[in-house]
Amino acid sequence: MKLTVWTYEGPPHVGAMRVATGMRDLHYVLHAPQGDTYADLLFTMIERRNHRPPVTYTTFQARDLGSDTAHLFKTACQDAYDRFRPQALIVGASCTAELIQDDPGGMAETMDLPVPVIPLELPSYQRKENFGADETFFQIVRTLARPMERTARVTANLIGPTALGFRHRDDITEVTALLADMGIGVNVVGPMGASPDDIARMGQAHFNVLMYPETAESAARWMERELGQPFTKTVPIGVGATRDFVAEVAAITGVEPALDDSRLRLPWYSASVDSTYLTGKRVFLFGDGTHVAAAARIARDEMGFEVVGLGCYNREQARTIRALAKDYGVEALITDDYLEVEQTIEALAPEMILGTQMERHIGKRLGIPCAVISAPVHVQDFPARYSPQMGIEGANVIFDTWVHPLVMGLEEHLLTMFREDFEFHDEAGASHHGGAAKARVEEQEAEETPAPGAPAQSSIEIVWLPAAEKELKKIPFFVRGKARRNTETYASERGVSEISVDTLYEAKAHYAR
Amino acid sequence: MKDLAPTGCRDLPVLKQRGQHEVFCGLTGIIWLHRKMQDAFFLVIGSRTCAHLLQSAAGVMIFAEPRFGTAILEETDLAGMADAQEELDREVARLLSRRTDIKQLFLVGSCPSEVIKLDLARAAERLSQQYAPNVRVLNFSGSGIETTFTQGEDACLASMVPVLPASDERQLLLVGALPDVVEEQALGLLADMGIGPVRVLPAARAADEYGIGENTVFAMTQPFLGDTHGALERRGARHIPAPFPFGDEGTTAWLRAVADEFGVSDEVFERVTAAPRARAQKAVAQAAEVLRGRSVFFFPDSQLEVPLARFLTRECGMQAVEVGTPFLHKGLVGPDLDLMEGEFTLSEGQDVDLQLDRVRAAQPDLTVCGLGLANPLEAEGLTTKWAIELVFTPVHFYEQAGDLAGLFSRPIRRRDLLKVEAAE
Repeated sequence: MKLTVWTYEGPPHVGAMRVATGMRDLHYVLHAPQGDTYADLLFTMIERRNHRPPVTYTTFQARDLGSDTAHLFKTACQDAYDRFRPQALIVGASCTAELIQDDPGGMAETMDLPVPVIPLELPSYQRKENFGADETFFQIVRTLARPMERTARVTANLIGPTALGFRHRDDITEVTALLADMGIGVNVVGPMGASPDDIARMGQAHFNVLMYPETAESAARWMERELGQPFTKTVPIGVGATRDFVAEVAAITGVEPALDDSRLRLPWYSASVDSTYLTGKRVFLFGDGTHVAAAARIARDEMGFEVVGLGCYNREQARTIRALAKDYGVEALITDDYLEVEQTIEALAPEMILGTQMERHIGKRLGIPCAVISAPVHVQDFPARYSPQMGIEGANVIFDTWVHPLVMGLEEHLLTMFREDFEFHDEAGASHHGGAAKARVEEQEAEETPAPGAPAQSSIEIVWLPAAEKELKKIPFFVRGKARRNTETYASERGVSEISVDTLYEAKAHYAR
Repeated sequence: MKDLAPTGCRDLPVLKQRGQHEVFCGLTGIIWLHRKMQDAFFLVIGSRTCAHLLQSAAGVMIFAEPRFGTAILEETDLAGMADAQEELDREVARLLSRRTDIKQLFLVGSCPSEVIKLDLARAAERLSQQYAPNVRVLNFSGSGIETTFTQGEDACLASMVPVLPASDERQLLLVGALPDVVEEQALGLLADMGIGPVRVLPAARAADEYGIGENTVFAMTQPFLGDTHGALERRGARHIPAPFPFGDEGTTAWLRAVADEFGVSDEVFERVTAAPRARAQKAVAQAAEVLRGRSVFFFPDSQLEVPLARFLTRECGMQAVEVGTPFLHKGLVGPDLDLMEGEFTLSEGQDVDLQLDRVRAAQPDLTVCGLGLANPLEAEGLTTKWAIELVFTPVHFYEQAGDLAGLFSRPIRRRDLLKVEAAE
């Protein structure tokens, strides 16, 4: 038993729903109690889908238990087939139905439905949403795809995009364009947009582009083994990764590498003098493994940030992320415990968070700017405009998205210079964010008792003297966390237990870059 | 009630179908109950699905550390029952040591905990003894195999009734979790009529507790509290049946029933209600302009459907096509049905696919439905109102009557407003 306040991933059957809802002409019969139908709103509300997810729930009740839940399943399965006439069915159980052990797969098999019926075994008490999506897509591919003659021109399958994915809709367009630049066509995109008939012809492609390892790695490995299709290991998020992706595709296919970067603006924007203020911004990264790995590279190599911590919530990627963290000289945080992530961010006091919608709320609470780089995401992360993460336009989008929450260039200096100004001060926030301007409330006289500081890396209790505490408040909010932390570290390393104004400025000089 | 002609729809045939239900489970009630009871914590003993539901259901997340959480059952808990009780004790100990502000802890059963027959009543008793007198531990089930959406609140309130102390005091009990602003208005109206003392279930804090007994009369402010109604009657309290306080007419009838019980004179009643009543009529009339003559179709959701249909048909001039409700408790919504007239389908329970066939055939001007159905139906050209907003918005009593009508008129006004075609 484990107490959970907020979760990064839903149960595995929600992963299966993401696959089914992304596809066409597939239907999912889910043995589940009535409350589980809440999952429909993830798709109809958060993603604003204009169709119900293709899911029939058996919605059994307490009075059905022990009598005829099996019969209920068969009826629901037959009704679903008759009504929706799908090309294939997937069948499975949610957490509660798993406990009553009705074996939906076995029952559906005995019904002699005239279409393929694919049973799903998704252990609800061990695994989570991403596993559910990966396993479901793998089972669909394994059942339907067969070795086939390759297409005459070089083609690829794009695999991994699902319903409710972070920017999957637009990433497909971008990757399709990257391949088109090299004269490579797209055979099938799946699960998003594919029908079971499309899955059946995936064997015609020359290779697979594994867009999201979280949701399609098992299928990619199976197709490599059984259909002889190599798959790409680079996820083209960021400028460097996009260039590496092009090189990898060229190596796999023997096609001449080509990349039309005439619309690529990230490198120049990053080099332009206004971006100088981005230098060494301390960022913390958290999300799914794939997006965090890509974001770390962009943050350090393309934006000039300092990565002060990173981690992922999906254990499947723990090894990759630990290795990556070592590279960046930080410790990896592998957890799905929201409170632990919050504590880590609080302790690291970064100047910016690159995370999920959960970290956006942590950032709000701690007053740290945050940009979203990974699922789980909320309704505002499904923008109406074209907004990919991958490829050339993805890099441009990322530059804009990451810079937006920050206080810009000269404004940062003005805040530092005139921090006592009654209108133009810390708590007013960045001028481009709107919201009512707050007038500065005059500081009350500093309290008599020294404020306790965090004991940094030593057992000495460090206290801030009132004058130093007051001086600290004059430092703009977006660097105050760093100043506090640096000063405390500096003090504790020298065995200083009381921080004075002098200590503050000694530490400032010590850490000057 | 004497001046209301009981011709009505109480005996209308009820359409009952059994197929897929498209409704929330009772755990959803925690979203508003944990805000209402400010020293209570709701600990769901369930699965990852329960935790995911709680954070998705409201459509928004309340990202302070909330006063609810899920103890997620894992493979090891499913193996042996003794273990699960010990694990629960450990999680509760950890929680209560961190949250010393908690005075009431609800152990909330879920589908998986019910199926493995985890005895939460025993756990609540044991933990209550352990943490008395600082924390009271109660249990109820919000599982989807036993409860639908608002029934979670019913189960929660019903669990609180048996532990209330006994009292012979003549008093009025208002039953149902209301937004604070609405509750204050209701208490104000009753106080102005000289009715008192008035207690509220649920109280905002455990310390506000009161006793109940044979001299307690109670009035319901929500129509979905059937079990709580039963639990109160078992304690000797007596129900004052009335239409529910939605709109001018419902509020007046509800107040009149309570006033009659307490012997309030016509003159006092008129003096207290005349002004707010006139305001309600004016506000409803404005919002009702776009509703008049239009048709409405209710999918089953919160059990508020019958009283709301009464409000829309009698005060806003709408025509009901179908009024679907998860459960039809005639003992509670009978007075509302009595006031209704005309032909419509009254349905209980659900086969969502068949119901969707009916709504498509009927093409109503407004469809009231859950979040899973609203956007797909909008995309098909129907105008919808998401039902969950009716549970999350102050809609009871006079001052909210106009807002209530506005919730229904806004989607229709919006559809009329939007013009994205070429100008021609």
